[in-house]
Amino acid sequence: MLNLAAVSAGYGGFQALFEVSLEVKAGESVAVIGPNGAGKTTLLRVISKLIDARSGEISMEGRPLENVPSYEVIGYGIAHVPENRRLFAKLSVEDNLRMGAFIPAARAKYAERLEFVYSLFPRMRERRHQIAGTLSGGEQQMCAIGRALMSGPKLLLLDEPSAGLAPVVVQSIFELVRRICKEGYTVLIVEQNIRQVLKVVHRAYLLETGRIRLSGTSAELLDSDLIKKAYLGL
Amino acid sequence: MEFFDIFLLEAVINGLLLGGVLALLALGLNLIFGVIDVVWICYAELVMIGMYAVYYTHNVFGWPLWLAMLVAILSVAALGAVLHQFVIRPVLAAEPINQLLVTGGVLFFLQAAATLVFGVEFRNIGVSLPALQFGGMYLSFARLIAFLVALGGMVGVYLFLTRTYVGTAIRAISQDRAIMPLMGVNANRIFVITSALGGGLAGLAACLLVLQYDIHPAIGLTFGPITFIIVVLGGLGNMLGGFIAAFIFAQFISVGGYVLHIEWGYVLAFLFFIAMMFWRPQGILGGK
Ligand SMILES: Nc1ncnc2c1ncn2[C@@H]1O[C@H](COP(=O)(O)OP(=O)(O)OP(=O)(O)O)[C@@H](O)[C@H]1O
Ligand SMILES: [Mg+2]
Repeated sequence: MLNLAAVSAGYGGFQALFEVSLEVKAGESVAVIGPNGAGKTTLLRVISKLIDARSGEISMEGRPLENVPSYEVIGYGIAHVPENRRLFAKLSVEDNLRMGAFIPAARAKYAERLEFVYSLFPRMRERRHQIAGTLSGGEQQMCAIGRALMSGPKLLLLDEPSAGLAPVVVQSIFELVRRICKEGYTVLIVEQNIRQVLKVVHRAYLLETGRIRLSGTSAELLDSDLIKKAYLGL
Repeated sequence: MEFFDIFLLEAVINGLLLGGVLALLALGLNLIFGVIDVVWICYAELVMIGMYAVYYTHNVFGWPLWLAMLVAILSVAALGAVLHQFVIRPVLAAEPINQLLVTGGVLFFLQAAATLVFGVEFRNIGVSLPALQFGGMYLSFARLIAFLVALGGMVGVYLFLTRTYVGTAIRAISQDRAIMPLMGVNANRIFVITSALGGGLAGLAACLLVLQYDIHPAIGLTFGPITFIIVVLGGLGNMLGGFIAAFIFAQFISVGGYVLHIEWGYVLAFLFFIAMMFWRPQGILGGK
């Protein structure tokens, strides 16, 4: 579904990604794990065209994303839940969800998808008139994921959905990611919470200082000495 | 004494009617600032262009007044979009002071261009609406219409901003412009639409003011400073604040003008503004 071939990217004179190649197949859930500053967020930004790749190729379902402006990427079926959720803090929950359905193709299905999001997150239905900035951290993450689902994406990009949340909430967020995968969405998730995320996804890539260091199934990664030593403290 | 009260009441009502049109002007300016973060110092000059548009299409070309007004609204809306695309967009990342100077330049450009094209003579569309007599008071029908249409326009903007996708995007973009592409929103398109809407409101105000005032190239100076002050008084970018401030300001002008002298109304209003800037510089309801 999503293909990255030798993608490099950076900011000004700083290179953040070095020839990253990665693939996500339809129906799969894939994680990119790695420490702070590894370039995980940059990777998702490059896919969404928020920043341009310096070299390499990105394609979605065989269609290259080169020359596609950032605001048209969502039309390819890619929805991005950004780092730190980035809700419209002064708008209500429902207005945030409405923004997720902004593209014309999504507007026609607004009512149906809103119902789906509310069934997935009953809490959001209760809070639909609440100002998004006053939601709890976990609720904000639900709202941000719900907003992304409103466009009816094929591929969901999640940037550290567990960041900054209390341990019990983290648990429920990963449970949620698991459900979203079950619903048939293809998911590419970026995480530092390695132990937890590897329980949820099929495969994972380890990104370190902008380079893919390791990749494999979740079981393989959990078993690798590198991950055990450097990231799981075993 | 009873007589006195009736005239005072008349002044209060006139202030209310004036407040409606000022609120409409303030809404347009607030909308642009709230969303794009640039103050169109030249806003009242767009109103002036709109007034000339009504005059030329109606009095020179002989089109019916409703059509002339529709054309005026659409032309000023288009002018707003052009202003954004060619003047504001290149300075979006510049210092606020530079943005202010650029729109200030547009103000003088439009004034000078209007003088060149339309001449300095005062023009009047020659439509005079009757005065309404009501319980011993005389009220201007033109003002009443202006008040009602201005309220209607503001309700329309409110519904547009709260009930439509584009309206929601206009409210969202001022909070987080950087992630708008993730929603599939082309930020520049939203800015152009907002500018056209702000222009359209100036055009609507022009249609209402042309019924009450003569048209000349410097007519913008009559409303521009007041509009700007009202917007600051309400809290820059705060639409509700601007609405309230417009009515307070209009009462100072109208009632102050009645109790003392017409010129005193403005003096009091501006004094009130200066006092408020010491006491609440962020505006009545706070800016954004
Ligand atoms: N806007 C920017 N300008 C300059 N450098 C940046 C910018 N954004 C990120 N970087 C740099 O790029 C590198 C990768 O950053 P990125 O945000 O992709 O890391 P990350 O893996 O998401 O980290 P974290 O887990 O802390 O979110 C870092 O060294 C960071 O300092
Ligand atoms: Mg990050």
